Amino acid sequence: MSNAAEAMPVQAPAPSIIEMQAVHKWYGEFHVLKDINLVVGRGEKVVVCGPSGSGKSTMIRCINRLEEHQQGRIIVAGIELTSDLKNIEAIRREVGMVFQQFNLFPHLTVLENLTLAPIWVRKMPKKDAEETARYYLERVKIPEQADKYPGQLSGGQQQRVAIARSLCMKPEIMLFDEPTSALDPEMIKEVLDVMVELAQEGMTMVCVTHEMGFARTVADMMVFMDRGEIVERAPPQDFFANPKSERTRLFLSQILAH
Amino acid sequence: MAVQTVATPSRPAPWRDPKIRAIAVQVVFVAVLAAFVAFLVHNTIVNLRRQNIATGFGFLDREAAFGIGESLIPYSPADTYARAFLVGLVNTLYVSALGIVLATLLGTVMGLARLSSNWLVAKLAAIYVETFRNIPLALQLLFWWALLRGSAPPPREAWELLPGVFISNRGITFPVPFAETAYFWMAIAFAAGLVITFAVRRWAKRRQERTGQQFPTGWAGLGLALGLPAIVFLGYGLPLRLDVPALRGFNFAGGTAMSPEFGALLIGLVVYTGTFIAEIVRAGILAVSWGQSEAAMALGLRPGQRMRLVVLPQALRVIIPPMTSEYLSLTKNSSLAVIIGYPDLVSIANTTLNQTGQAVEGIAMIMAVYLAISLLISLFMNLYNRAVALVER
Amino acid sequence: MADIDIAEEIPLPAQQRPPVVTSGVIGWLRANLFNSVFNTILTILAVYLLVMTVPPLIRWAFIDAVWDAPNGQACRGEGACWAFIGEKWRFIFFGRFPYDAQWRPLFVVVIIIGLVLASCDRRLWGRRLMLLWPAGLVVVGILMSGGVFGLRYVPSEYWSGLPLTLILAVVGMLFAFPFAILLALGRRSNLPAVRVVSVAYIELVRGVPLITVLFMASVMLPLFLPEGVTIDKLLRAQVAFILFAAAYLAEVVRGGLQAIPKGQIEAADALGLGYWRRTRLIVLPQALAMVIPPLVNNFIGAFKNTSLVLIIGLFDLLNTANTALTDSNWQGFASETYVFVAAIYFCFCFFMSRYSQRLERTLNRGHRR
Repeated sequence: MSNAAEAMPVQAPAPSIIEMQAVHKWYGEFHVLKDINLVVGRGEKVVVCGPSGSGKSTMIRCINRLEEHQQGRIIVAGIELTSDLKNIEAIRREVGMVFQQFNLFPHLTVLENLTLAPIWVRKMPKKDAEETARYYLERVKIPEQADKYPGQLSGGQQQRVAIARSLCMKPEIMLFDEPTSALDPEMIKEVLDVMVELAQEGMTMVCVTHEMGFARTVADMMVFMDRGEIVERAPPQDFFANPKSERTRLFLSQILAH
Repeated sequence: MAVQTVATPSRPAPWRDPKIRAIAVQVVFVAVLAAFVAFLVHNTIVNLRRQNIATGFGFLDREAAFGIGESLIPYSPADTYARAFLVGLVNTLYVSALGIVLATLLGTVMGLARLSSNWLVAKLAAIYVETFRNIPLALQLLFWWALLRGSAPPPREAWELLPGVFISNRGITFPVPFAETAYFWMAIAFAAGLVITFAVRRWAKRRQERTGQQFPTGWAGLGLALGLPAIVFLGYGLPLRLDVPALRGFNFAGGTAMSPEFGALLIGLVVYTGTFIAEIVRAGILAVSWGQSEAAMALGLRPGQRMRLVVLPQALRVIIPPMTSEYLSLTKNSSLAVIIGYPDLVSIANTTLNQTGQAVEGIAMIMAVYLAISLLISLFMNLYNRAVALVER
Repeated sequence: MADIDIAEEIPLPAQQRPPVVTSGVIGWLRANLFNSVFNTILTILAVYLLVMTVPPLIRWAFIDAVWDAPNGQACRGEGACWAFIGEKWRFIFFGRFPYDAQWRPLFVVVIIIGLVLASCDRRLWGRRLMLLWPAGLVVVGILMSGGVFGLRYVPSEYWSGLPLTLILAVVGMLFAFPFAILLALGRRSNLPAVRVVSVAYIELVRGVPLITVLFMASVMLPLFLPEGVTIDKLLRAQVAFILFAAAYLAEVVRGGLQAIPKGQIEAADALGLGYWRRTRLIVLPQALAMVIPPLVNNFIGAFKNTSLVLIIGLFDLLNTANTALTDSNWQGFASETYVFVAAIYFCFCFFMSRYSQRLERTLNRGHRR
């Protein structure tokens, strides 16, 4: 398959920061990713949607090697993703990930959660790490929770801490795996607000989400996946107004019913 | 608006008042219990008097007049019953302490093995756990004892497992080094190594906080703890004279022997308790959700760092309480030594009981000792739990 | 637009097979046994261990084994002497029970196993089962002791082997259970006197080894009884087991009680149920249902614990095996005997633990959201 459509940026075409070429993955006999080709440019925001079981989470988890692909090439920030540990570690330093279940470390305070990786991976002195941490806590609007434990925070606060934790590593790319799916409705907005701000500052983002309102606001490109393959990709205005595939249309009709 | 006076609720009749009822019930309960206990005590006293059995702990000062197979502290039949009890207590504590250390090692290895991605290793560990967990400990002890004692040949035909290590029906005889001054200084060097390691750790931590640079404290500590004694050893010119057991007459002389009773008890306890510890370790590690490891991976932490900083602290919280319970269980199970004739506390108390007829005092003493150990372990566990409890809403 | 434009649809790639190196037998081997240097070394070590131990074991147990022999001399050889088991199995199973009447303990074993199996099937739970148990136990008692219905009287000293083990375990747990419930309720009571006594009992009994409780019962119970009243050895051991098991069961039940949401108690109070009605109808059924797996584990423990009665001279399954070894005609077959008896215990305990695990899975399914 030839390269898919690139994003339509305002400035000159940005160099690609993620490239997936003919990527296949099997779980045993089950073919979970079929011939995935994806190019994400620097500063581009990609929203991946699709029915459950379509492989969208698996695809983005392949990007930071939380899942292993069997065929094809993945190149992140110029580094090829192979079984070479050095490459994997280098890539993971530049890619931040926010999980559906937050996955904050419950035995550490919020501040310790944020400073853990900068201290141990980027080898920052403690003071600098804490300064960065407090800065990002401010950015996600919960600076006063620094010395609390995750168990004492609400879901929305925990997810914002999770976002801040990834940001403290100053990654080039942020991956979001259904970040608001586990939240009560009244807390979804506070998390989406943070994500919108992040997008507006130019962060490269790949989001798996069902929040179509957010997608319309932020996305440069919508990607629809179904049964392990990319069915359609288009800028949001085309995607929502004029879906080309019947499967896309079916999915949109289900998800935009209200 | 009329001012309404709220009538104070009238006191209910005494037999309906919950407070009075509560007190009445408790009084009756305690009274019945006390009466029952008094009845038992009365019967006991009458029966003891009838059988001419003495009461009180005076017997402890009498001569024991029985020998004890093995003991860590010097003892002869001319010593008092009190000393005999002490021997039993020391034996129990010794085999329990050794058992706890070895069972923890075996159990941890087996628990991790069950979680291994290597199918063969995981299955073998599972077979170990299922087999030895479902067979009574008493049976296992008898089996090891028969193996070490019955199946082994007499000293003249003993198996030489390794040069100098003999297995016979007198136990496992192996060489021990003769005491040297060097060993004393090596022990000092080891202690010094530990102290220095602590100091290095503090220095390394401070340096990391200041500059972010990391220092391999673990390896450094290992090097110090092993290296310093090694240097002393070299300095003294590698002094190592082994007292090798040699057959003299019908038995071995020299070296030291581990009796079949002790061996069987130790092996049985370690193998049996190891299965429970393996399950505890496995459950503890599984209790830490996979998402924690994934988040740590996504942040770029290496496997060693992931284990140390994220998984282990959480796993230990789940592992340590049941683990201390198993330690207590092992200590209590060491009382099965009486089945195979190892002179532990219960075994010696039993002999004393039979000789003096003072069953009540003997049993009371055993129970007091085990209760004390129990309470100590419970106390430690409660303190630990409070210290590491995860803070929640 | 509305019409499906098939030409635009991206065709499904032909269903591809995963690369051979990652699937099938080779894939499984690579993923499970050789997926890293460390694992490869482990696999080699494990295979070496198996090769060193399994063939000699099979040779001892089957190939070189002697299956038929008139006495101990003839049976000595490289392999196991299963003729010994053939000779002694009735003694190991039924002990000193009169030889010609051994159909009675056999029936007892069948009845008890039947009752336990019936209690495992949830569909059979109900009033009928509650009546079946006491009826079954009465029949067991009659069969074992005799003296009525033309059956020869057999004093309890002669009850031995597997029936004794089963009786001690089952009767122990049955009688310990109500006692445990009272202790657990007492430990959570608001009345300080009751609470102190319950806690003291539970902590005292849990803090001491079972052997001491057995000794205590064996030696001290006769002292506690008034002049002239005697209590036979079996009953002493049974009382010891009941007292011991009750303390451990009480903690299990307490766990279940603690897990009952407060709302249940408040609803019961709002409906006007008193303490005892509320406990009997609302709290206990839920608490007990929650702790069935730990209860089964406790039963497995009780079953293994019966082996300790050899210390006070009762002839349970382990002791009959031990006694069988003292026959002067057959000396030195300890390994065969212990393996045989271990296999019996293993069967019982392993299947009970499998059952408990299966229960836990089915019960958890109900709780998962």
